[in-house]
Amino acid sequence: MTVRLYIWQRATAALMAPLVLIHIAVIFYATRQGLSAADILSRTRGSVVWAAYYGIFVAAASIHAGIGVRNILTEWSPLDDRRAGQAAIALGVLLAALGLRAVYAVVLS
Amino acid sequence: MSAPLSDLSVSLWRGGEDGRYQTYTVPRRDSQTVLDVVTFVQRHLDPTLSYRFACRVGVCGSCAMTVNGRPRWTCRTHVAKVAGGGRLEIGPLENLPVIKDLATDMAEFFRKWQRAKGVFAPSQTRHDAIAQIRPDTPARAAADAAIECINCGVCYAGCDTVRWNSEYLGPAALTRAWTLVNDQRDAGNRDRLQAVAATGGCHSCHSHQSCQELCPQTLNPTAAIAGLKRRTAAAYLKGEIKT
Repeated sequence: MTVRLYIWQRATAALMAPLVLIHIAVIFYATRQGLSAADILSRTRGSVVWAAYYGIFVAAASIHAGIGVRNILTEWSPLDDRRAGQAAIALGVLLAALGLRAVYAVVLS
Repeated sequence: MSAPLSDLSVSLWRGGEDGRYQTYTVPRRDSQTVLDVVTFVQRHLDPTLSYRFACRVGVCGSCAMTVNGRPRWTCRTHVAKVAGGGRLEIGPLENLPVIKDLATDMAEFFRKWQRAKGVFAPSQTRHDAIAQIRPDTPARAAADAAIECINCGVCYAGCDTVRWNSEYLGPAALTRAWTLVNDQRDAGNRDRLQAVAATGGCHSCHSHQSCQELCPQTLNPTAAIAGLKRRTAAAYLKGEIKT
């Protein structure tokens, strides 16, 4: 872990803290109001706000998780820094692709 | 008149990395320290026992060992405090190579002090006036809070991150760096912050706080490392250091 990765990890954590709370609040709202999938999609389709909200969330989570997993790999696996970094980037890209695909599905499809 | 004290059953590590514990019987004494016990074994039971000590009064930092599973300075650790059931198990410090018996090789520990730029870098010469240091400034208070480290290696031996990451500088070296970062007379901070911000530096610390819990001088290396994290992050954002 270097100072650059440290700052990225702490900054993404700070960014995600309110996003997680809003995300959980939305889940509670949707379940307690008994919203169907169609109800939810009617609210999210074409919404720039929801696209931006979950797009930022996915980006922050992908970076944060990638750095954290890199740290775990360097401490707990035989991988050296370079290999651990490559594996962490691959994980981050995978998370970003899956997350952005989900955002696309509920906002733009 | 107090009742006579019973004997102690003392297991000592004998040999190198592949050694084993060997048990001795040592008479119990009033106000007996763990170092007294080790010294009794060496002087009366087995003169080939190797261990390290110098001052016997908690100043030199030479006599740290693992006592019943926990790193301690043995000269200031009373048997009455740690020998539950009259038993002691004394081994070499962990996270350091064993030379023989209770003596470890501290070379890597001190190399990391060098890597962390733990050497004072003077900003003035002997021809300048003596620096006036106000003790009540926040920087001096931070330096004073961390400066009484005796290099005993207890924090290093008890650090999980050192155990997992051999590159990690460790609590003692980083605490030393923190005292110098806060020393207004020092001129080496750019290099020092660069050194502790690199791989294996202060950002590898997980803040488990074992160092704070174990430090015989009751210093708080975790707080010093947190200070370095803040200071290096600020220096990086200002472009003063690079990675």
